[in-house]
Amino acid sequence: MKTELTGKIIVVGDNVDTDQIYPGRFLAITDPKEIGSHCLCGVDESIAANFPQGGIVVAGRNFGCGSSREHAPISLLNMGACAVVADSFARIFFRNAVNLGLVPVICKGISKHVEAGQTLTIDLEKGEIRVAETGESYPCEQLGEQAMKILEAGGIKPMMRKRFGKE
Amino acid sequence: MHAIEKILAKNSGRAEVRTGEIVTAKVDFAEINDLYLQTVYSFYEMGGEKVWDNERCAFVFDHYAPCPDIKSASNHKEMREFAQKNGLRFHFDTHCGVCHQVMPEAGVIYPGMIVVATDSHTTTHGAFGAMGTGCGATDMATILMTGELWFRVPEIIEVRLEGETPKGVFPKDVILAVLGKIRADGAVYKAIDFTGSYVENLGVPGRMTICNMAVEMGAKTAYMQPNQAVLDYVTPRAVRPFEVVSTDPGYQYAESYVFDVSTLVPQLACPSSVENVHPLPEVVSEGEVRLNQGYIGSCTGGRTEDLAAAAAILRGKHIAEYTRLVVIPASAEVMQECMEKGYIQELMRAGATISTPGCGACLGAHEGILAPGETCITSTNRNFPGRMGSTGAKMYLASPATVAASMISGTITDPRQYL
Ligand code: SF4
Repeated sequence: MKTELTGKIIVVGDNVDTDQIYPGRFLAITDPKEIGSHCLCGVDESIAANFPQGGIVVAGRNFGCGSSREHAPISLLNMGACAVVADSFARIFFRNAVNLGLVPVICKGISKHVEAGQTLTIDLEKGEIRVAETGESYPCEQLGEQAMKILEAGGIKPMMRKRFGKE
Repeated sequence: MHAIEKILAKNSGRAEVRTGEIVTAKVDFAEINDLYLQTVYSFYEMGGEKVWDNERCAFVFDHYAPCPDIKSASNHKEMREFAQKNGLRFHFDTHCGVCHQVMPEAGVIYPGMIVVATDSHTTTHGAFGAMGTGCGATDMATILMTGELWFRVPEIIEVRLEGETPKGVFPKDVILAVLGKIRADGAVYKAIDFTGSYVENLGVPGRMTICNMAVEMGAKTAYMQPNQAVLDYVTPRAVRPFEVVSTDPGYQYAESYVFDVSTLVPQLACPSSVENVHPLPEVVSEGEVRLNQGYIGSCTGGRTEDLAAAAAILRGKHIAEYTRLVVIPASAEVMQECMEKGYIQELMRAGATISTPGCGACLGAHEGILAPGETCITSTNRNFPGRMGSTGAKMYLASPATVAASMISGTITDPRQYL
């Protein structure tokens, strides 16, 4: 797994819940690409279509609160996001993200210091985030051992396939 | 140790566990609701063949009960085939109701167990002294394969509720008041233990309402020490023997909050956040907020006691013209009981629209969706933008009594004037 992630960002606010990330009315959809096309439409319908590929979502506190729907990280990944950086995450969202290989990074106050369109580099080893445009850097929390183990395996699915002798 | 820690220790084969530790624990019961066909896909993708124990997992078809469209019908079909193929002992199809109501009714929830479900409101089962927590589809698939899941041993917060509520103040008002204070992220990754004389004397439905909304503060799980009411409910139903676990005297909580519930008045969570809570009389004056819809239902506010409170207010009255009151009993058992007691008939005479047990419009899937510009008062648990339909609709969370009282004039109303 790459320990450095770089991408262009979009910025959203506090308490962006899973209904805003992926509204209930689309929950019966199973095609990942289509799921991605509705990502964050509860915040702004134009986000998914214009999202920079390989980009990063920056958020305020309690990102992913609400329903346990895995559609939320699935939609973020399929919209083209590789990571979410936020003041804090809701617990189930955090687990789901790690399981699917979307990197969730806790960095307090970051959303107040960056702007959409800037380029962030997340250094997971050092626990640091750098903003290319301003040259500023911010400390972020390191992912726990369990989360790193899953992310390094490429998510929980490859990890389990290995455990069950399927590869 | 705390009871929750004892449960985690017991199920992970340890003598003790410490806060912050990661443990792998056995899951006593796992539940998948009908939003999570992905669980089946992940199960096969990871090489799963048969579930680890066909007596300890079940599907509940509640969010799309009965199916509103072809897509959800097809999802049910695939899940039903999986359940049949695995010979699951428990299967709750579209005739049963909301998972958090039907599981305790079926006796698969009991003190001292770990229940994991693909639903954030699994905290509800703390009402029974169980450790309940939600997870996503792929975590669930790993449980179906192995019967276990990794957990971080959480910090435990005490929320002590003392006293007796005054007339017109219901368990829903109590938890809204707590939520307003602790906020939507005040307990993220932590567990909440509800203690105090109010909890000790509280019946099963009220306990469920309060534990249910613990997740709205971010809590991983909730807990209440089982009381006689819980034992009376669980003992005749439980499908296996159980043991009540207790917290050691002198246990040190990470934080403690104390509330005197005897000073509370009816509460409202205003649009569009669960933490935007205010005492009703302080935020709305009479006749100020016009309503298009009232909604009584869900795993928070759709039990017999909730419908009874609404029926008591609406008896012999009628909802305002050009408004609608949608009532969805949480389960078939609840609906039967409400019919026997005459509540359904009374609510229908008052102009309510009754629909089949299940989640209904709680998550905006069907049966009572809101149009742009509409306002709804609801006994459910979330008022996020777009939760019950259009992002341009407004939702107020309140007790079932407040919902019922408000529908008489079609404006948000303090229920105490009808009691
Ligand atoms: S009733 Fe509402 S909150 Fe409860 S499980 Fe159903 S959708 Fe979720």
